[in-house]
Amino acid sequence: MKRKGHILIGGLSLSIFQNMGLNAMNKVMSNKLHIALYIAPALLLVSVLVFIPLILSGYYGLMDWDGIGAKTFIGLENYINGIQDSKFWDSALHSFLLAVFSTLSLAIYLAVSIILASKIKGADLLRKIYLIPMLLSSVAIAQLWIKVYNPSSGILNTFLRSIGIENPPNWLADPAIVLFAIFIPILWQYAGFYILIYYAALKNIPESLIEAARIDGATPFQIATRIKLPLIKEVVSVTIVLAIVGSLKYFDLIYVMTAGGPNGASEVMASYMYKLAFNSYNFGYGSAIGFLLLIITMIVTAIVRKVTATKERIEY
Amino acid sequence: MNRIGYFFLYLALIVVAMFQILPLIWLFIFSLKDNREIFAGSPFSLPSEFRWENYAKVWDGGIGIYFFNSVWITVVAIILTVLFASMATFAITRMKWKLSGLVLGLFMIGLMIPIHSALIPLYSMFMGAGMIDNPWSIVLTYTAYNLPITMMILLGFYYTLPKEVEEAAIIDGCSIHRMFFRIILPMTTPVMATTVVINMIYNWNEFVFVNTFISSEKYKTLTVGIQNFIGQYMTDWGAIGATLIISVLPIIIAFIFFSNKVVEGISSSAVKG
Repeated sequence: MKRKGHILIGGLSLSIFQNMGLNAMNKVMSNKLHIALYIAPALLLVSVLVFIPLILSGYYGLMDWDGIGAKTFIGLENYINGIQDSKFWDSALHSFLLAVFSTLSLAIYLAVSIILASKIKGADLLRKIYLIPMLLSSVAIAQLWIKVYNPSSGILNTFLRSIGIENPPNWLADPAIVLFAIFIPILWQYAGFYILIYYAALKNIPESLIEAARIDGATPFQIATRIKLPLIKEVVSVTIVLAIVGSLKYFDLIYVMTAGGPNGASEVMASYMYKLAFNSYNFGYGSAIGFLLLIITMIVTAIVRKVTATKERIEY
Repeated sequence: MNRIGYFFLYLALIVVAMFQILPLIWLFIFSLKDNREIFAGSPFSLPSEFRWENYAKVWDGGIGIYFFNSVWITVVAIILTVLFASMATFAITRMKWKLSGLVLGLFMIGLMIPIHSALIPLYSMFMGAGMIDNPWSIVLTYTAYNLPITMMILLGFYYTLPKEVEEAAIIDGCSIHRMFFRIILPMTTPVMATTVVINMIYNWNEFVFVNTFISSEKYKTLTVGIQNFIGQYMTDWGAIGATLIISVLPIIIAFIFFSNKVVEGISSSAVKG
């Protein structure tokens, strides 16, 4: 009895003590000055350098402006010109083509990941090797691939000639193939990234599910397509969003490799905007194109999210 | 599966690995050759003599200053980003206030926007503030644009910190600043390390902000610097190769030592792509 009472009092005093602690804590943790102090640096930087410029972009789009002189308000003229500008739509088309290529290439990454996740020795090392190009700057990647594609001394054409192809193409100078040529380094750069994501998702599938299917007589191919794929559907839809939205923002690699050329054949939305502003000093029109890029990206993101959204959450 | 089946699986994986790694091996090999050997010899043959002088030549030729700029800008931006992101994440996840959800949402929107849409206004803002061709415009921009992704990586960890730690600290009469800097920050070291590695990769590789805001050679970072530099050495492949290897080496070394952190960071930064 005595002991019990002691415990009771002990518990009581502990809970009083806890309440005091909680009160003190609530007081400290809801102090407005503290909150402001901790959130302010980050919030200020992001507001001033990210959000205000985005809004200003839409506003500058309403101006006739060379970036240095005075701004003249011209209403929606830049936006109307943008919508009627065939060069802008060509660049948008190239961005969308890259988005389509990127999405299709997800199938390759997925296939590699399924192999990698199927009890392969050295899988961890392999996925790290795959990841290396992802760590390099787009500028270095672009410069390297300019050399790979070099018509006379690049490894690609050296290889093609060694297997008997006499006149291999001049990859970056041919308007008909330049977009494909640019896509290969993109594929190279992001392969490791997507394989990493798929591999992690596949490794999360409980071994018991795969084992059960195997006992029921499913072939490895059936296990991959009927069991593994449906189980990582959610991850696949995330990567589709990433591939498409990422493609709409491509800039560095293309700007360095071809600067949009030859003759606009590899121009994308961001490089077109950049040239308008910083090469032609057409800041008003460039801002309008930049704002259209923002709006197109947001609309496409919303659509792709909606289309790829998986209705049921998978639990196992 | 039988042995032949496994053989083909390994073969496929090795072909992919070769595709990923061969261009870089080729780059390293030709960085040690001279033009005669590059144009005449077979691409993957080892150089008859390792021409490390290609590296000495480009380093003395001015790449050293770009390298130095990349290092200090990367380091200062990392410190600011990780500190401010930790403070903001602490305020959002541990403090009690009504707007915390809204503010968090604002940061997370920052993950999705195309940076190029903000470029022209940013340029004119820095122009107005007299900060064009000033490396601090780059440091601040890197910090601002990496805050959302850094916070996203930190968030999960902060949510799991036990409340008892804060409670005990406050009962002991610890001030909130002391608690944050002496108790919370040290507890989050593992996840901070991940954000440092990710920020390092982003900052080291960033191109468009420096290309737009910086015009003096003395402030340029490696990504932009090597662009002009390679222009000068148009036909000297060995020099171009050496320049590229120098520019990617710090990241490759970081990857060798912290590959698990990089893998962790890249998987949790998936949203940014």
